[in-house]
Amino acid sequence: MLAKRIIPCLDVRDGRVVKGVKFLDIRDAGDPVENAIFYDEQGADELVFLDITASHEKRKIILDVVERTATDVFMPLTVGGGIKSLNDIRDLLNAGCDKVSINTTAVNNPEFIREAAERFGSQCIVVAIDAKRVHDSRFEIRDPEEIPDWLKNSKELSEILCLQPLAFSLQPLWEVYTHGGRRPKGINAIEWAKYMEELGAGEILLTSMDRDGTKEGFDLELTRAVSEAVSIPVIASGGVGNLEHLHEGIVKGKADAVLAASIFHYREYTIREAKEYLRNKGIPVRL
Amino acid sequence: MIAIVDYGMGNIRSVEKGFIKVGADVRVTSDAKIITDAKGIVLPGVGAFRDCIKNLDNLKLLDTIVKEIQKGKPYLGICLGLQILFTESEEFGICRGLDVFKGRVVKFRFGAGSDLKIPHMGWNTVKFVKKPPVFNEIQDNAYFYFVHSYYVVPDDKGIVAGVTEYGIEFTSIVWKDNIFATQFHPEKSQELGLKILKGFNEFVQI
Repeated sequence: MLAKRIIPCLDVRDGRVVKGVKFLDIRDAGDPVENAIFYDEQGADELVFLDITASHEKRKIILDVVERTATDVFMPLTVGGGIKSLNDIRDLLNAGCDKVSINTTAVNNPEFIREAAERFGSQCIVVAIDAKRVHDSRFEIRDPEEIPDWLKNSKELSEILCLQPLAFSLQPLWEVYTHGGRRPKGINAIEWAKYMEELGAGEILLTSMDRDGTKEGFDLELTRAVSEAVSIPVIASGGVGNLEHLHEGIVKGKADAVLAASIFHYREYTIREAKEYLRNKGIPVRL
Repeated sequence: MIAIVDYGMGNIRSVEKGFIKVGADVRVTSDAKIITDAKGIVLPGVGAFRDCIKNLDNLKLLDTIVKEIQKGKPYLGICLGLQILFTESEEFGICRGLDVFKGRVVKFRFGAGSDLKIPHMGWNTVKFVKKPPVFNEIQDNAYFYFVHSYYVVPDDKGIVAGVTEYGIEFTSIVWKDNIFATQFHPEKSQELGLKILKGFNEFVQI
């Protein structure tokens, strides 16, 4: 039986691991390769490196990190952050990573996902969605500058993808954000996930911006809504504070995999403890 | 020396590093001469069946690989390296394979209301039907890493060495004489995966 995956995530800036709270407060936390080996020994099912290096000149640093990791660690490795071109993807895959996670570039130009999937195969194209619940019932009108041109220019896609005022919606709504959660794009996260699947994404990495760094647990409603809307695997992310949160993400959120950073990073729990907890609750895991 | 065939697709580097880790002498190549001189051939790969065949054809390696396999040279196929051994695939219309084994490559299909996602991605167990020499150190029902949307349906069930359950029971290891192939990725399956690479390296040395 296919096991549910436990995925530790490492935020990497300028070649060092950092972990932010709500994408802001950043603290240094070590060498990425050492961290990767540590998680490998604990039996992590996959690893995600999120490269939050700001400057483009320093992009090569992550390639070196990936290459060194792939020498010692033989498990699936995903890299996200700052991927803008097919060459970026090729370089990462050649360095030894297996999947790339793409967020901002997909929103700026969805056809990029189609091209990337055709060139490298859907299995290595993960679309990362940073989603935030829309609370304002009057529906804030977005800065029109934030709505991507391709969306403004297509009536057909606008009807499907653009957020509608809450008054017209029976369901809760979530909005897609880019640039590490800073820029709201006026796009409905559920419809966006479906569209990304259609264009060739092989997996969705779904982060709740409301929950990220809070330790209050996943946004289960969001996770379930996306997982039921697409037929590709969904990784739930954002908000894990204890092991029951992982269990809820799988059972109530219907996630195929659960991602967490700080609970593993600050040694609150080991991967093995997480898996034993899940197994005792009847979830298939690899132990 | 074992030749790892580089045809411009897939995670060649991980396979190479895996073999180096277990002490094997490997060479990543797309040169027919080196493949002919090698004591074993590894064909890794993820991606589309058609591109794989097309790239191998452009490199003029299709005949070389089939000829070497038929001469009895040890072959390890991984993922696409398993699928292309068969007669044809239904990926993007019908595409011809190497036809080393009779059979088809077909897509997972689950009914509406099924919770099963495609691709089949993650760690799943392999049950041995019979244990090939390369797999000596592997226990029954061990977990390996899979990522694929298509699986092989061999005409000759005699070549099925391992099966995995995902909605249906499908063939996850094929073995006949010198030919070993897995649907999963040993190079991504941590310690147990490396044991398979080690097993293949030892088989090649015999």
